Amino acid sequence: MALDASEIQTINHDVLVIGAGGAGLRAAIECSAQKLSTGVISKSLLGKAHTVMAEGGMAAALGNVDSRDNWKIHFRDTMRGGKFLNVWRMAELHAKQAPERVRELEEWGAVFDRTKEGLISQRNFGGHRYPRLAHVGDRTGLELIRSLQDHGVHQGIDFHMECTALELLKDGDRIAGVLGYWRETGRFVVFKCKAAILATGGGGKAWKITSNSWEYTGDGLAMAYEAGAELMDMEFTQFHPTGMVWPPSVRGTLVTEGVRGDGGILKNSKGERFMFNYIPPKFAAETADTVEEAERWLKGDKNARRPPELLTRDEVARSITAEVKAGRGSPHGGVFLDIASRVPADVIKRKLPSMYHQFKELAEVDITAEPMEVGPTCHYFMGGVRVDADSQMSTVPGLFAAGECGAGLHGANRLGGNSLSDLIVFGKLAGTGAADYIRGLTKTPEAPNDHILAGVRRATEPLRRDSGTNPYVLHDKLTETMQSNVGIVRIKAELEKALEDLAALNKEADSVKAPGASQYNPGWHEAISIRSLLLTAEMVTRGALMREESRGAHTRLDHPGESEEWVQYNVISKKGANGMEVEKRKRPDPPALLKEIAHAKIEDLESGKVGGDA
Amino acid sequence: MSKRTFRIWRGDNKGGEFKTYEATVDQGMVVLDVLHRIQADEANDLALRWNCKAGKCGSCSMEINGKPKLSCMTRMNSFGPDETITVQPLKTFPVIKDLVCDVSWNYQQNKRIKPFSPPKPRPEKGYVMYQEDVDRVQEFRKCIECYLCQDTCHVIRDRDEKATFVGPRFMIRLASLEMHPVDTEDRIPEIRKEFGSGMCNITRCCTEVCPEHINITDNGIIPLKERVVDRYYDPVAIIGRKLFGIRKRS
Repeated sequence: MALDASEIQTINHDVLVIGAGGAGLRAAIECSAQKLSTGVISKSLLGKAHTVMAEGGMAAALGNVDSRDNWKIHFRDTMRGGKFLNVWRMAELHAKQAPERVRELEEWGAVFDRTKEGLISQRNFGGHRYPRLAHVGDRTGLELIRSLQDHGVHQGIDFHMECTALELLKDGDRIAGVLGYWRETGRFVVFKCKAAILATGGGGKAWKITSNSWEYTGDGLAMAYEAGAELMDMEFTQFHPTGMVWPPSVRGTLVTEGVRGDGGILKNSKGERFMFNYIPPKFAAETADTVEEAERWLKGDKNARRPPELLTRDEVARSITAEVKAGRGSPHGGVFLDIASRVPADVIKRKLPSMYHQFKELAEVDITAEPMEVGPTCHYFMGGVRVDADSQMSTVPGLFAAGECGAGLHGANRLGGNSLSDLIVFGKLAGTGAADYIRGLTKTPEAPNDHILAGVRRATEPLRRDSGTNPYVLHDKLTETMQSNVGIVRIKAELEKALEDLAALNKEADSVKAPGASQYNPGWHEAISIRSLLLTAEMVTRGALMREESRGAHTRLDHPGESEEWVQYNVISKKGANGMEVEKRKRPDPPALLKEIAHAKIEDLESGKVGGDA
Repeated sequence: MSKRTFRIWRGDNKGGEFKTYEATVDQGMVVLDVLHRIQADEANDLALRWNCKAGKCGSCSMEINGKPKLSCMTRMNSFGPDETITVQPLKTFPVIKDLVCDVSWNYQQNKRIKPFSPPKPRPEKGYVMYQEDVDRVQEFRKCIECYLCQDTCHVIRDRDEKATFVGPRFMIRLASLEMHPVDTEDRIPEIRKEFGSGMCNITRCCTEVCPEHINITDNGIIPLKERVVDRYYDPVAIIGRKLFGIRKRS
C-alpha cells in the first residue's frame, strides 16, 4: 500500500488532551483558560467516559459536616491508605487543593446534595476519618462529568468525539503530535501539537472480572511506554471489594462503597459480621472492635470508632477473598452486603437510587428487602505514568498525564473518593503544567512523516491480513491469564506463568485478523487496543514479580507483610533497547513536616499539637 | 441456556437490511450481552455503542422490538420464550453503521443553551442552597443523555422538526438551569422562540421511555411552558414587569 503522509488529515492545536473523563475535561478547561488552542479526543461520545460510573463521591476536606476535618487529616488518611508509598508532594497538593476544586464545580453548575445549612453535604467512606465525600446520591461521577462537559463546551475547546489515539509523535525527544483515527470512518488523523495530556485511565479490561468498560485498555499507558516515558507502581491494581457476582453477565459491575458508608455491613454465609476478625494492627486504634461501638458510630456518636467495614479497600477485598476461600461465601461465590436490615427502605432509595435500580433491573434483587451478593472486582490502577508532582509532566518533554493514568497520589492503595478529587486537582495542574511548558518552547516541534506512516501501517495490519486470530478470542485469553495469575493474591510461580502466557499472546497478536472494512468496526478497534492491553498487563505482571512484599493492593503469598526495605522503592517500567526494563528505584526522602503529619497520632493532629501552623 | 433468534439491522447510510442470528442465551443476560456474544462469535464488525453496562452512561440506546431502550437494561427474560428479538438503530437520527447513529445534533443543541451563571464572586464556603430547593433540579440532572426521549418525541421523530424544537432532553436541561436556585440568567425568550416550547403537545411519550424515570413532561416541560405563558401572555405579569422590572421567577 503506497502511503503519503500529506494525504492524512491534519489538525493543529497547542495542546491535545487524550481522554474526556474528569481529568481530561478539567485539563482542557485549564488549557483553554491559559489561552491555549485546545483539542480533546475521546474514544466514546462526550459525557460517556468512565468517570460517569463513579458513584460514591469526591473527597475534599471541606469540613461542612465535621468541622474537625482539614487538609492535614485528609493527607494523613491518604498516606495511610496508600501504605506510605504515595508521592508525598502529590498527596499534599491533592489534600490542599481538593476543596477549592470542588467548590469551583458548583460554580460551573454541579448540584451536590446539601447539608441542613445549605452547604455541600459530605458522606463517610472507607479510610476517611471524617465524612468527607461531596456527592450526589450515588451518581457523583455523572454530576462531575456533566458539569465539566456543560462548562467546557462554552470555553472554546474543540471536542473530537469517537477518535482513538494510536501513537505519540515526537520531534527528537519532545512531543510533536498524536496520530489517531476516527472510529466512524476509520480514517487517520494527525494532531500536531506542542504538548499532549494523557487522561486515558487504567487498563482494567485485562481482567475477566472488572468494573471497567471497553474503553479501559491502557492506551495511554502503552503510548507513554512506546514514547519512552517511565511508568511507576504498575503492580498496584485495586480490586474493589464489592462488585456484583450474580448473574454472570453483570459479574464485576460496581457496587458503591457508599452502601457501607451509609450503614451497610458485610456478612458471611453463617450470618457473621466477619470484618471484625480482619482488623489490621495499623488501623486497630481507629477502628471499632465491637458491634456495639460500630453501631454507636453509625448513630453519630463522635467518640465511637469507625466500623471495620470501612477499612481501606485492599483490606476489605482480601478479607472477602479469605472468607470465600474458607467456605463461608454466598451461593454465587461472594459474601453478603446487607443494608436492608439496617436502613429504612425509603432512605436507601433516596441515598442509593442507582444501586437500588441496578440490582432490581439486573439481578432481580430488592436491596431494600434482602442482602446483595458481592465480591472483589478489578477496579483501578494506582500505578501509571511517572509524573512531576507539580506540573504532571512525564519524563518525556511535552507529555503530561493526569487522573488514573498518572501515578503517585494513591501509593499502594487508593481511598474511595480520592479518585474524583484526583481528576480535578491534577487535571488542572496538568493544564497549567502544559501551558508553562509551551511558553518555554523556543520552536514548534515537527512530527516526522515516517513515524506517522509506520503508525498507520501498524494499525491497518489486522484489516489487511487474509486470515488470523479472532481479536475477541485473544482478549478472552488475556483476561483468563490475568484473572487467575495476577489477581488479588499473587505468587511467584503464577506471575511467571502469566509472563509466559503474555509472551505467547503477544505472538498471537501479530496475526490477529479483523474482518470487514475500517468504518466503525469494533473488531478492528479490539485488534488495535489488544496491543495496549498486552503491554499494560506485562508491566503489571513484571512489577508484581519484582516487588517482593505485600503492601496495599499488592499481596504476595510468598512474601507476606510489608517490608521496611521495599517502602523505600518504586518499581519503574520503561522501554529499553531489548524490550521492557523494570527497575527498583530508591524514593527521595519526604519533607520533615509531611512525614510528621502522616505519622502523627490523630489526637495530636486534631489538637494542633502536630502541624498546627501548616 | 437457550437458543434465541435475533434480527439485527446491518447497514450504513446508503441502506441495509435485517440479518438473522442465532445466539445462546444464559441466565441473567440482557440484550447487550447477546449482541456482544454475536459480535465476538460471528459478526466481529457489528457496530454498536456501549460503555458502563449498568444504565449509567446512556450509550447503548437502540430500538428493541420497536421500543426505544437501553440494551444493557433490557433483560432477556422480559421477552416470551420463543419471541424473536428485533434490534435496530434509533430512527430519529441518521444511521452511521449498524446500530450506531449520528447523534451530533444533540450536542449542537446543548451548545446553544446559555450556560449556568451564578452570582459572582462565589461565597467562600460555596453557594447556600437547601436540599428542598435543589431536589427538582437534581431530578433533571439524573439525565444520562441516552436520547431515547429525543428518539421517541414525535415532533422530531415523525415530523422532523429539528429546526424548531430542541426536544425533551434539552427542555429538561433548560428546566434544570431555569429552576436552579442561584442561576441569574434568563432563558425564557429563547425557550419560547428558538427552542420551541410550544411544539410539545404533552403526549408524555418521552417520560415513558426515560430509563432514569425523570418526569420530563410534568416536572420539566409543563412548568417551562407555564413560565413562557406567564411572561408573554399574562397581562397582569406584563404590567407588573413594566412597573417593577421583575425579570425572572424563581
